[in-house]
Amino acid sequence: MSDPGTGEQLLRTAHQLIVENDDIANTLELPRLASRLDVIREICRHLAPYQAGERPIVGATVIAKDLTIDSLAIMDMVMELEDSFDVSIPMNVVAEIHTVDQLADTILDLRAKR
Amino acid sequence: MGLFDRHAGLLEAYRDVRTTGADPFQIRMERVLSPTEAIINGRKTLLVGTNNYFGLTFDPSCMEAAIEAIRAEGTGTTGSRIANGSYSEHVLLEEEIAAFYGKKHCMVFTTGYQANLGVISTLVGQGDHLLIDADSHASIYDACKMTQAEVVRFKHNDPSSLESRLRRLGDKSGNRLVILEGIYSMLGDSAPLREFVDVCKKYGAYVLVDEAHSLGALGETGRGLCESAGVLDDCHFIVGTFSKTLGAIGGYCVSNDPDFDILRVTVRSYMFTASLPPSIVASVRQALRVVQARPELRKQLWDNVATLYDGLAAQGFKLGPEHGPVVGVHLPDRMLAIGFWRAMLDAGIYVNVAVPPATPNGVSLLRCSVCAAHTPEQLQHMIEVMTGIGRQLGVLSGAPKLRVVAGSR
Repeated sequence: MSDPGTGEQLLRTAHQLIVENDDIANTLELPRLASRLDVIREICRHLAPYQAGERPIVGATVIAKDLTIDSLAIMDMVMELEDSFDVSIPMNVVAEIHTVDQLADTILDLRAKR
Repeated sequence: MGLFDRHAGLLEAYRDVRTTGADPFQIRMERVLSPTEAIINGRKTLLVGTNNYFGLTFDPSCMEAAIEAIRAEGTGTTGSRIANGSYSEHVLLEEEIAAFYGKKHCMVFTTGYQANLGVISTLVGQGDHLLIDADSHASIYDACKMTQAEVVRFKHNDPSSLESRLRRLGDKSGNRLVILEGIYSMLGDSAPLREFVDVCKKYGAYVLVDEAHSLGALGETGRGLCESAGVLDDCHFIVGTFSKTLGAIGGYCVSNDPDFDILRVTVRSYMFTASLPPSIVASVRQALRVVQARPELRKQLWDNVATLYDGLAAQGFKLGPEHGPVVGVHLPDRMLAIGFWRAMLDAGIYVNVAVPPATPNGVSLLRCSVCAAHTPEQLQHMIEVMTGIGRQLGVLSGAPKLRVVAGSR
């Protein structure tokens, strides 16, 4: 969509919308300006099935150790996150990531560099 | 900490497997009788898990060629081609494979694993970008560990997933190399190669296709998925193996790139291992002639695939997504897969069992590989046996699940 007066591309991002129904919000593309909280929330959503016992998943959770997820499932989750946030995380970078916080920071760093 | 402590988890899982009474990872074939039969545990067993797609391991002409080569040139080369030189037959084999594909260059390796490992890890380096299918073979993953290139996985058989990753690279410098397989070894499914090639062209990426399981099986003349998809000229590198359809061992890579031969002095898995022995080279050369001279073997293979796949599907088994020389039968979990596998072995049928982490998406499979030499009777028998076991174990939906309950039912 372009501005009829100037021909300039108008940016319409989800964070400008007022969304009253959370179910609809989930079907929208993630906002262009994802906050750290958005990223962590999305990671935790992917990791929820692998929660070990009652221990909550937090930023300091060590993904491969504190959860019941195996290395292949971690790589598959990374692939999903790559598409959610439109970044690519090379495998050697994934190998250096241990905690939820580190994963979130990596995604945010890559987004900032785009 | 002991050297083996890091494997504690795996040791425990492996112990679970072995307590079922037979170890699927240490099967001993007491005597191999033919491409389709062997003596295992003292009884004649039907082989449906050997990747022997054309049944050429016992082809008389291939066997004779190997025996003659041993008499003429001995049992082994005792060194690498870089250090000890090539035998004429190594060079002839390379010329024949190049001619088969209509490509200018071919390099032969001692195994298919070494072909992927060496070629992929050497083609890309620091600053380059390697993009691999998520379900790639271990040899491809191992190559990724050996290269300084940045490696990114895309979703299995999903050209749009590859495209988004190529797009994200933007104007970053460095070559892009995309790795695909003709037929995937666990579920027997083929890559949508034409669509992948279109994406690669759009982003200027090189394409390498591993035809390990599709050589002979796909394409009008057996050259694999590159041929059947009509993209032979668009695939920059084709890798394959001698250990499946060609019935021996070894690997190869063909290409039209004018500088291809520099790989002979850069690929370490080629330079620092002994070259193929004369007998293998001779039987492979003959097997390649058989593949070209007897297209009926390909038809027999696909007829047999249809018999097994459709037969199992009709009984309600959950299978891989399409007909393929590998038929993967999904089972609900690891222990059930191993129990099913063992029941089949007890009934005189050998297949492979594939469990996580060797399988995509954590699935547990019975992996069956079909041979042109299987008779329809052998395959019908197998379907009957699997159906019986499937019902006993409650795997087949619709079949009554056995329950240990007292009552008036």
